[in-house]
Amino acid sequence: MKVKQISIFIENKPGRLLKVTRTLADAGINIRALSVADTVDYGLMRLIVDDYVMARDVLAEASVTVALTDVIAAEIPDVPGGLNGVVEILSEAGINIEYMYAFSGNTGKGAIDVFRVDDIEGAEKLLESKGVKTLSQGDVEKI
Amino acid sequence: MYWDKQHECMDREALTKLQSERLCATVKRAYENVPAYTKKFDEIGLKPEDIKGIEDLHKIPFTVKTDFRDNYPFGLFATDMDDVVRVHASSGTTGKATVVGYTKNDIDCWATMVARQLAAGGVGSKDIVQVAYGYGLFTGGLGLHYGAEKVGATVIPISTGNTKRQITMLQDMGATAIAGTPSYILHIGETVKEMGIDPKTLPVKVSIMGAEPWTEEMRKEIEELLDIDALDIYGLSEVMGPGVSYECLEKHGLHINEDMLIAEIIDPDTGEQLPDGKQGELVFTSLTKEALPLLRYRTKDITYLDPEPCACGRTFKRMHRILGRCDDMLIIRGVNVFPSQIETVIFNIEGIEPHYQIVVDRDERRLDDMEVWVEVSPDVISGEVRTLEKLNKKITHDLRSLLGIGCKVKLVEPLSIPRSEGKSKRIIDKREVYK
Repeated sequence: MKVKQISIFIENKPGRLLKVTRTLADAGINIRALSVADTVDYGLMRLIVDDYVMARDVLAEASVTVALTDVIAAEIPDVPGGLNGVVEILSEAGINIEYMYAFSGNTGKGAIDVFRVDDIEGAEKLLESKGVKTLSQGDVEKI
Repeated sequence: MYWDKQHECMDREALTKLQSERLCATVKRAYENVPAYTKKFDEIGLKPEDIKGIEDLHKIPFTVKTDFRDNYPFGLFATDMDDVVRVHASSGTTGKATVVGYTKNDIDCWATMVARQLAAGGVGSKDIVQVAYGYGLFTGGLGLHYGAEKVGATVIPISTGNTKRQITMLQDMGATAIAGTPSYILHIGETVKEMGIDPKTLPVKVSIMGAEPWTEEMRKEIEELLDIDALDIYGLSEVMGPGVSYECLEKHGLHINEDMLIAEIIDPDTGEQLPDGKQGELVFTSLTKEALPLLRYRTKDITYLDPEPCACGRTFKRMHRILGRCDDMLIIRGVNVFPSQIETVIFNIEGIEPHYQIVVDRDERRLDDMEVWVEVSPDVISGEVRTLEKLNKKITHDLRSLLGIGCKVKLVEPLSIPRSEGKSKRIIDKREVYK
């Protein structure tokens, strides 16, 4: 299953990140997972939140433009080689991982990693068929 | 020192007579040989015979930069291409360049204009002139080159850039004069200081600088850094190139080559002629040009004219250094840049919004530095950082190929650039060149 990721372009200037975190905090939005890819001048912030619709709306009101992207949030067995197993499945099928990051929420069953891949439908089906659990939007809201 | 005392010190009455004769001939030739002029005259029922002298100048319709684009590339030429020995080009307001042409005689007149400047700065056949203007389609390099050869000086055609080598040449070859853009000469001066060279040990005594606006403060700074006299030379390729007007060692305004050009100041809004001393838009009419006769060309440069004879003895009217522009043109490292050109590039690239800001400043080396800020569009921020970096490279590349100069592109947050009505708000020029 797929979940929605929020992407935000943030200039590398004091106060820019604060504006985003404060807006989300004020709206009572919980951040489930976070990654920041940075360059000298700007960063790309990617978030998985409990309520992405509200997050998008409050950020838009604060003049922060966001993009919504489908990603896969997969449960990774909490054993050595757990992540490797999942990456191997995707790699063997020729699916390219554009970026990935780890989830902070604790389901008690292991880690959760977020994958952005070039073939999201294919990856989703493939992982399910191999017994890898992927989280739904509802799962993310409930964690 | 004069190059051509007969003309440079001509009395006003004789000069007016000469201008009137040459104007009538120019009007006739332009009307008969350039369809664009024929059309402009016919549209208002003006006949070349109606122009009997400079008192009738105001009847002639203006020529503007877009006339060059509409007649690109050679449509405004009045001679056969057989007689055109050279072309130069400068930026147009959009994609197409402004192309100008010269006959053998035009090149000679131009060299005379520059020779007058050099002589006014005390440069003659015993001198060595280092030409640090760019050579090429830009008129700076070749313009100064031919003028320096005309006065019989030794020319070092080093062109612009490679500052350490510029300084080595100044030391080893002992150039006595240097020509270039003021910001570049200032950079050379700063580098001389950094290298710990005593400017008094350099034989250079005068610099001839133009192609961009500069200030009295910059003059003082350059004069101290290099222990020289710094002189202003004005020009634009449409009218000829550098040498249209020139400063003498009095440093009190630029003498306009009035035997070859007529200068007017007009109200940029109404087009009415303004009297000497009043500030307005500078307009030129060529009097000797063969390949590209120019009638009442609006430069968009703002200045005023001073008709009083100069202490140097020259009678040519002087124009004050340029005080501003009536359009949004920027001059970056001597290259004319129109925001509309930048717009053309930005509007044609996917992944960015059609909003931009241009920030111009001088960098730590005292050279012009232009940053173009563009807003990323939401659809590119969901992807990889690599996508954004590719986008940045593409904009940088496309701007460089259209403008001919490099600039830094900065991607900024969507909606972060102020949406303004006026175009001028899109430009932040921190250089304060018009003072």
